[in-house]
Amino acid sequence: MKIQIDNLRFTYPTGLDALRGISLTIEAGEQVAIVGQNGAGKTTLVRHFNGLLQPTAGSVLIGDWDTKKNSVAKLASRVGYVFQNPDEQLFSKDVETEVRFGPRNLGYSKEKIDKLVKRALTLTELSDRTETNPYDLSPTWRKMVALASVIAMDTPIVIFDEPTTGQDAVNVARIAHVIAELHREGKTVITITHDIDFCAENFERVIALSEGRVLLDGIAADVFGQEEILAQTYVDPPQLTRLGKRLGLRKTVRNQEEFLNALR
Amino acid sequence: MAFINLQNITYKYPLTKTSVLKSINLQINEGEFVAVIGPNGAGKSTLCYALAGFVPHFFKGEISGSIEVAGMESSKSTLDEWVLNVGLAFQNPFNQISGAKYTVFEEIAFGLENNGVPRAEIRPRVEEAMKLTDITNLADRSPYSLSGGQQQRVALTSILVMQPKLLVLDEPTSQMDPIGTREVFGVVRRMAEEGMTVVMVEHKMEWIANFADRVIALKDGQILMEGKPNEVLTSDILAENGFGISRYTSTAREAKRQGFWKKENLPVTLDEAVEGFKL
Repeated sequence: MKIQIDNLRFTYPTGLDALRGISLTIEAGEQVAIVGQNGAGKTTLVRHFNGLLQPTAGSVLIGDWDTKKNSVAKLASRVGYVFQNPDEQLFSKDVETEVRFGPRNLGYSKEKIDKLVKRALTLTELSDRTETNPYDLSPTWRKMVALASVIAMDTPIVIFDEPTTGQDAVNVARIAHVIAELHREGKTVITITHDIDFCAENFERVIALSEGRVLLDGIAADVFGQEEILAQTYVDPPQLTRLGKRLGLRKTVRNQEEFLNALR
Repeated sequence: MAFINLQNITYKYPLTKTSVLKSINLQINEGEFVAVIGPNGAGKSTLCYALAGFVPHFFKGEISGSIEVAGMESSKSTLDEWVLNVGLAFQNPFNQISGAKYTVFEEIAFGLENNGVPRAEIRPRVEEAMKLTDITNLADRSPYSLSGGQQQRVALTSILVMQPKLLVLDEPTSQMDPIGTREVFGVVRRMAEEGMTVVMVEHKMEWIANFADRVIALKDGQILMEGKPNEVLTSDILAENGFGISRYTSTAREAKRQGFWKKENLPVTLDEAVEGFKL
């Protein structure tokens, strides 16, 4: 499902101009990372995709739905949103109830709900923790519960806000696996992240925001090759991209494989 | 006598079956900057709580061994005494914000007010602390209107303003961009130079290697390794135990296996990697 953003502006009631004219198209099935300094407008932008925020000017279309003319509840069937802090979205007494809540609200049949919940729990490796209270789990696993509860809604678009914050290497790999699976199923995955190495290893398209505007937008290698422009929004290129550049490699490399190949 | 002295600490939260910390022995000197690394569930946050007096005074549970910080002994002192000497920044900055104040300025002044610092002294101290962490421009904003990274800066400032002897930071840069991260490490290093003792849980290995004096690697509630940053962070033991490692280290390790990396030591930082791969 396509997302079309046309000249989007947003001003908070405090007078803060968070978005200053953003136009973007995200095609169905794309895997997009949004990067940029603290306060660049990343979270403000994606909160327009499910109607949590309404444009001050301009428009956001989710497929053929204008977010201004559709409720958050309705948009929830098209856009799933995993919050940065899982504690902002978890409230049920056990993991299974938490994960069932979303698809049940969307009015799916019991069979469909069973199937979606099972798949979400398997994908997030929570199948043996279904009866646990989410707050008895470590923050790591609470994050996975938050992921599962959104995945179970089976929306064509899924948004992750800083999914790897506070996660260790093993769990980052788990989250990368979840994102790859959603991509394989044809879903649009949009991720806000400061974890540039994670971004370089898992996303095709990168959008860099700065002060409420799009600074760069393109395939990851092109975006990360532009070190000086990225510096404007305080994004350091991935570690191996920087290393490749310092060593004078001609091609922009993103990961270990590309780096070692370029070195040969 | 070490500034921090943990002797054989074993600790279990109430209502849980297994110990989170197991026979921890740890000595840290005054003015030392120590980084703590480890996978999720290793006991890093619990170690922070133990240093800050929250374990066992707030969380209760079962504890054995002894904790001494800045001349205080845990079993003989109260949390009130403890907080005058130790500042703790929680992992989630949202948990740090008092909820009682409308602006960032008031939020940072809150701790000083509570401790009965004279009014005339509060303003200059808050202003100085905000300058240190570069948040003067946020002074009139609501703490809740800030981004995650900005909230982390506010949380750190609200602790620095108290001028604790020991600064305990639980992943203080997790939601920060590189500029924020650089500033936090810079400020913390400066505090350590001025004699403040710092214990910081962090995942950003390149930064640790550049700034910290010592690294402690925790896993399953035990100290797996400790030593100089480069020594610990390039160790095979970390790679085999699910620790996050710098891409420079992992890539050089693979390059060494393939014969591209000629040096004996593996790199953690960009400069070390550049130097080694140039050979």
